[in-house]
Amino acid sequence: MIQLIYLTVLFPLIGFLINGLFGSKIKNEKVIGIIGSGVIGLSFLVSVGAFIETIGLPVEQRKNIVDLFTWLSVGGLNIHFAYQVDQLSLIMALIVTGVGFVIHVYSIGYMHGDKSFWRFFTYLNLFIFTMMNLILADNFLLLFLGWEGVGLCSYLLIGFWYDRKFEKMTTSDAGKKAFVVNRIGDFGFLLGMFLIYMTFGSLNFGEVFGRVGAFNVDQSVFNFIAIFLFIGATGKSAQIPLFVWLPDAMAGPTPVSALIHAATMVTAGVYMVARCSLIFASAPAILTVIAIVGAVTALFAATIGLVQNDIKKVLAYSTVSQLGYMFLALGVGAFSAGIFHVMTHAFFKALLFLGAGSVIHSMHEDQDIQNYGGLRKKMPATALTFLVASLAISGIPPLSGFFSKDEILWKSFANGNVVYWAIGAFTALLTAFYMFRLYFLTFEGNSRWGKDKRPHESPKVMTVPLMILAVLSAIGGFIGIPALFSGEGGNVFEHWLEPIFKNADARLALYSAHTHTDEIILMVVSIILAVGGIMIARQIYMKKPNIATSAAKKFKGIHKLLWNKYFVDEIYDATVVTPIVKTSESFLWKITDAKIIDGVVNGVASLVGSISKNIRKIQTGVAQVYALVMTLGIAIALLWIILSL
Amino acid sequence: MSLETILFILFAAVGSISAVLMITRRSAVISALFLILNFAALAGLYLLLNAQFIAVVQVIVYAGAIMVLFLFVIMLLRPENERKFLRANPKVKIFALAIAGIIFIQLGYLIFFSHPSGNPSGTVAASIKAGTIEEIGRQLFTNYILPFEAAGFLLLAATIGALILAKKKFE
Amino acid sequence: MQVPIEYYLILSAFMFIVGVAGVLTRRNAIVVFMSVELMLNSANLTMVAFASFMGSAVGQLFVFFVMTVAAAEAAVGLAIIIAMFRNKLTVNIDEISILKW
Repeated sequence: MIQLIYLTVLFPLIGFLINGLFGSKIKNEKVIGIIGSGVIGLSFLVSVGAFIETIGLPVEQRKNIVDLFTWLSVGGLNIHFAYQVDQLSLIMALIVTGVGFVIHVYSIGYMHGDKSFWRFFTYLNLFIFTMMNLILADNFLLLFLGWEGVGLCSYLLIGFWYDRKFEKMTTSDAGKKAFVVNRIGDFGFLLGMFLIYMTFGSLNFGEVFGRVGAFNVDQSVFNFIAIFLFIGATGKSAQIPLFVWLPDAMAGPTPVSALIHAATMVTAGVYMVARCSLIFASAPAILTVIAIVGAVTALFAATIGLVQNDIKKVLAYSTVSQLGYMFLALGVGAFSAGIFHVMTHAFFKALLFLGAGSVIHSMHEDQDIQNYGGLRKKMPATALTFLVASLAISGIPPLSGFFSKDEILWKSFANGNVVYWAIGAFTALLTAFYMFRLYFLTFEGNSRWGKDKRPHESPKVMTVPLMILAVLSAIGGFIGIPALFSGEGGNVFEHWLEPIFKNADARLALYSAHTHTDEIILMVVSIILAVGGIMIARQIYMKKPNIATSAAKKFKGIHKLLWNKYFVDEIYDATVVTPIVKTSESFLWKITDAKIIDGVVNGVASLVGSISKNIRKIQTGVAQVYALVMTLGIAIALLWIILSL
Repeated sequence: MSLETILFILFAAVGSISAVLMITRRSAVISALFLILNFAALAGLYLLLNAQFIAVVQVIVYAGAIMVLFLFVIMLLRPENERKFLRANPKVKIFALAIAGIIFIQLGYLIFFSHPSGNPSGTVAASIKAGTIEEIGRQLFTNYILPFEAAGFLLLAATIGALILAKKKFE
Repeated sequence: MQVPIEYYLILSAFMFIVGVAGVLTRRNAIVVFMSVELMLNSANLTMVAFASFMGSAVGQLFVFFVMTVAAAEAAVGLAIIIAMFRNKLTVNIDEISILKW
């Protein structure tokens, strides 16, 4: 099955082609949905098969390359369309195809009745295709192909309802913003790739990582490569400073937010850093930068999420915050902890978004939580699964989120320093608080919706995926129980991924002087913080709602700052966007394009025209003039004869 | 200064001056008359070069037949006299004269300063003999019989052509 | 020969140039024709001069043919002029400009 891994990429491509070419002719939604989801299901099965087969192999043989064909062979650059099946890419493949399959099934219900039903599934399949390319690639260029591809699909899917208004702009403006901000990150990624090729002479993972130790490379080169690659990751994974596109990406349909902007695409940056762990381990200064950026982003986004009223916006900022956690983990050298959090986050964040979608659907597209309240009675299944996900993300044991978040906090204390831990712990408190604010305001308390809305539970095709994800959110963490509890074998998840990161770990030479006791203490502290956050939220939003409003009035300035997202968008607009647009318009367009380039082209044309207009006059029709010209020729010929004598 | 030189200068002067005058007169008839004078001077030069037959033929054919034809046509058509030389298209005319002058200078250079491969200096007796009608006749009817016949055809074609072109329309 | 051949040649070149100037500048078609005859005659002079100085009859023979051709050409050309005159009632070359764009 390992050799057939290309099928995981081929199946979504087939789905994309069938739905894309014939989708508009197929009038039956069910058929389109089955084709669209079915191909992802098949990909999932192939991934599972490859996973089982890899488990059966001894540890040294767990990395397999499946070479399909040679893509580029130019000079010294040799790029193959080849897939690397190893522990890390299998984990990611399982996540992408598994969660992707569930979300596809959910979309059959969510997008029911949409006039472009087929287009949605076409784009979703295209997305899975490019994402799988990204994950399975065995060289930088193929990874970049997938990288760009998911950016494209993100744009297509954000602006799916292209004629719909979204805040002060249209949905396609939001799509464009995502694409452009991503592009800035991609520029950094490209620079990193160029440097890698220049330094190591290859873009193949195996060759590059093999040469990291062998070649004698200056430290600054490693630093530059690492920082450029990280810039690419900040663009794709929405970290500071390139996170601004993610909240606006909520303009797209909710399954899109769940799949792309929670579970898969945004984790591409984390995956890339993990894959290139050896390079980052060779640039410890940049690892520090990553850790700081991750921690600050986590805190920053969590504060914004405290006061938002749009249910999807809260979840979007929560995603940015959780991604910050993942980068914090990577930055302190806990690579497998970061990947572990990717996995659990995929489960509970997708579940949160799908649950939100369920609510939005039944409340007829109203996304303002101030109009919700008491929906548990009307939508029990959605409420229960949403509760499970909220508990998971808050880090309540024994749900999955507890294990992954705690691992990150422990490692940031042990490998990093206490400041990282403090920021992470405080953010965990905020996370629990705003998640349960969301839960209480939506599902508990008195209903605040008008008589015209009739909220109802969603159909089975939407609730069954919710339940599947809820189960995964609940039990998914057991695979990563820390060594503390599971005995001699150690953390199963970390053990599984150990061969991938062993070179990086060796290079970082991390030495942890802390004991098991410290770990248990920190675990207890984070549980207390999580429960505390939930209790505070309960107190405010269930018992005494006017605490919230009076706090908002008392701290008006801070509230305004948070509610306006620290004015980051406005700052970017004023300092970067507007000058560029103005320059493009007034200088590049009006002068360079219209005057200079068009002028040259038109000038050449009119020059030819005027020359020919004048030369045309030679033909006067009077024979004597022709004779005159002939005589002129004779004079020249004689001159030539004389000169050659 | 031998007689030959004097005669050469005389004929050359008459020929050149009449040529120049021919092209500058306004009336076509006067131009034709000056051309006849030119032909006469040329005939004299031919005689100086011991080409008796050609000289006579020149007078008979050119001056006697062709120029008469020209005069007939001029009288028939009665074209109006041209205006002064430089009134119409002065720029073109001056340019043409300039080019002509340049070519003349180039030809002069070639004649005087180039080094021809051959050396044309035969004897007087040979040139006298070459110019007699017997010699020309012998060459014409033996070595060059083909061009002779072709010339005949050419004249036939020209006759018929001229006849048809100038004829009035058939009734 | 006491007069060197170059003199005959330069004279003939001069007459040729005069003929060229006449062709290029005169507006009356008949006078243009006469200038062409002048050019032909200058060529004749050159050939006779060479024939005489080299003692060969071939040059003079060629002159004979040139005259024949000149006669034929004059006849036909004048016929054309007459035909043109019938259509346009003018022999002014400037007004017969149909060979153009």
